[in-house]
Amino acid sequence: MFAYLVRRLFLMLVTLFGISVVIFFLLRIVPGNIVDILFAAAGYVDPADKADLEKQLGIDQPLVAQYLHWIGGLLRGDFGYSYVSEKPALQEILPRIPITARLAGLALLFSASIGIPLGVISAVKQGTKLDYALRVVSLSGLSLPSFWLGLLILTASVAMFGQMPIFNPNPQTWLEAFATYAVPAAAVGFRSAALTMRITRSSMLEVLRQDYIRTARAKGASDAAVNYHHALKNAILPVITVIGIEAAFLIGGLIVTETVFNIPGVARFLVEAIRWRDYPIVQNLVMFIAVVVVFANFTVDMLYAVFDPRIRYTD
Amino acid sequence: MRSVWALAAMAALSVLTASTATLAGEPKQGGILRMYHRDSPANASILEGATYSINVPFMGVFNNLVIYDQHIAQNSPDTLRPELAESWSWSSDNKKLTFKLRQGVKWHDGKPFTSADVKCTFDLLMGKSQQKLRQNPRKTWYSEVNDVTTSGDVEVSFDLKRPQPSLLAMLASGYTPIYPCHVSPADMRTHPIGTGPFKFVEFKANESIKLTRNPDYWKKGLPHLDGVEYTIITNRSTAILAFVAGKFDMTFPTHITIPLLKDVKSQAPNAVCVVEPTNVSTNIIVNSTSAPFDNIDIRRAMSLALDRKAFVDILFEGQADIGGTMLPPPQGIWGMPRDKLETIPGYGRDVNANREQARKLMQKAGYGPDKHLAVKVSTRNLAEYRDPAVILIDQLKSIYIDGELDVVETANWFPKVARKDYMLGLNLTGNSVDDPDQSFYENYSCGSERNYTNYCNKEIEKLFDVQSQETDASKRKPLVWDIDKKLQEDVARPIIFHARAGTCWQPYVKGVTIMSNSSYNGFRYEDVWLDK
Repeated sequence: MFAYLVRRLFLMLVTLFGISVVIFFLLRIVPGNIVDILFAAAGYVDPADKADLEKQLGIDQPLVAQYLHWIGGLLRGDFGYSYVSEKPALQEILPRIPITARLAGLALLFSASIGIPLGVISAVKQGTKLDYALRVVSLSGLSLPSFWLGLLILTASVAMFGQMPIFNPNPQTWLEAFATYAVPAAAVGFRSAALTMRITRSSMLEVLRQDYIRTARAKGASDAAVNYHHALKNAILPVITVIGIEAAFLIGGLIVTETVFNIPGVARFLVEAIRWRDYPIVQNLVMFIAVVVVFANFTVDMLYAVFDPRIRYTD
Repeated sequence: MRSVWALAAMAALSVLTASTATLAGEPKQGGILRMYHRDSPANASILEGATYSINVPFMGVFNNLVIYDQHIAQNSPDTLRPELAESWSWSSDNKKLTFKLRQGVKWHDGKPFTSADVKCTFDLLMGKSQQKLRQNPRKTWYSEVNDVTTSGDVEVSFDLKRPQPSLLAMLASGYTPIYPCHVSPADMRTHPIGTGPFKFVEFKANESIKLTRNPDYWKKGLPHLDGVEYTIITNRSTAILAFVAGKFDMTFPTHITIPLLKDVKSQAPNAVCVVEPTNVSTNIIVNSTSAPFDNIDIRRAMSLALDRKAFVDILFEGQADIGGTMLPPPQGIWGMPRDKLETIPGYGRDVNANREQARKLMQKAGYGPDKHLAVKVSTRNLAEYRDPAVILIDQLKSIYIDGELDVVETANWFPKVARKDYMLGLNLTGNSVDDPDQSFYENYSCGSERNYTNYCNKEIEKLFDVQSQETDASKRKPLVWDIDKKLQEDVARPIIFHARAGTCWQPYVKGVTIMSNSSYNGFRYEDVWLDK
């Protein structure tokens, strides 16, 4: 087990190194840099001023030197400065992580707490009206774009209650704090719950046809015991995989929801940083997301062993 | 007799206005004005900015030497008011402008304001100081200024190379605040210090901007508000819904398009909404350095093919203005009158006749029904650029030009234009002050960085100087009209229309005036108040 962990850790480091190279060079392939954008906005360019600013920001250096400067800084804990705000990159990035983490956490909670039970019910009641209704709901969840759903929620809130659940940075009560995240989390979680539900359903249908389930029923086990104790335990592995992937996606992929609900999270910040070609912010933020994805995958792999005793990671 | 009736009507209106003001009562102190901001500005330094996204939130932090009256919508030489300068005077040869400065004014950090700060500001703008601005987009405004000199702490003079009466207009722009000597340009980008009615509190990128009342403001009793808070909401639908839901007291100025204004009025019928010109023209930039637009006939044909009214009807439901380079009257001070405008080829009302003429020019250049000219129409990837570009492409079909839309990301737009890597481009040009000097020199003088088309006509440039030195506005106007007409006839940068946009606020917000010939100069907000 220890050797396996060391190997995984080494692979994770190699992956992160590869990602750092890809991020860095892809970002430079995209035409234009911060200086182009600043001068484009002004509709004015004095080549000398432009060169001065490029020198000041270090983007006149050869690419390899720039890469080594960045990686060297990362290893020393120096994340550089934002080109736009001129504040330390870490100071800009850190406050946004808890916001997105809360939103993603709530969305996952919504997804799991709705998607798994409904998936089980849909499988157990296969071919019934309830199953059809739940499948329609899950298909809707997958089909409706979250920006549309978000805008619909906002418009309906204003029309029906004269209120609007957009982000409140200083909630006065826990209810306000909950409302700040709950509505957008539901908008995102709806799609995620639909996916979870479909995976749970198909996995359950496969397991429910296994011999040991028939044996359990023959031995007189209750429906609840068969469905939730015997079947779900074995059907949950693909669901965990999906939830793991969703968790990683939600950290960096909430751009639409963060924009519609005006949440100052990681994804919206990342898109703005890309728009400005704010390299220090983009590089460090994407690296952070990469770390989350890599660790989420690692956690999912570890959870397999917890949920399925047949799986053991050996040396 | 008609004038008597007009006078009577004006008198009645004045009485009505006065009584309304009385009914509205005395301004109330306190409250935070909550607005949304359309995007996250790059920084907080107005001197380095080239967008009103910086002016709107930060103009209240500063003062100018002079300012346009914040309660008169039309900026003009008659509405210039003293601010940090108590008074000003021109020398007899009009080459020296001297300001007597206000005493007892303090910066937000408690240090005294003196003439040295004025000198520092303009040395910075003219590139003469040790410290440098990261960007200095309005350096050319001061190309006629030799030097700025001080005489004691309360007097400062601008020595000019030649008379330039428009200098005052530029000094009154929201783009020309006075900066403190003792704060570096870098610090001004992140934590601006001013002498204005509001102190900077914080700017969280993509989140919010907060200003608080300056209790030591040199105008006693002002500002009325305790502060101004901007929430940055980049999604227009979300922002407008939030205004409708009452989360904001006011929309971002001139942010509501004409079609959206109807939605706002239907959902928030009590909101006060005004529509004003933004003094931003939508125009065509033509690469006349290479084929096919090096041919003046094709350029003229293209200009003749424009149905400007169609643009205005489709995009603004009829509420935009057709004019030349200068914003047309009545809101514009220097725009050509309608009768003069219609004498310019392409501006006549008979679009079919114009296009017939255009087709003849195209045939002369070798194109016709069997041989179309294929062009790329490049523009920025923003709705206000893309939408008119699509209409332009459609209109060009009528003269055998097949346009293809080439959408360019903002980061690449200016480098592409500078490289002359385009055939036709659809562009927007904002004018921060309604004055010909700013517009002509910036966009049409030989060698100017913003003269994207490299239009260069030495004869017309002499005329720029003639109008620029004319101190009598009534004599200057015809000169400006002639220049503007010539620029349109030369197809230097065909102007399609001048946009208008809406601003709304809740009925309890008082004292807001949206400027009608500039989007950059009306955001001091020192006597805005909330009637709650």
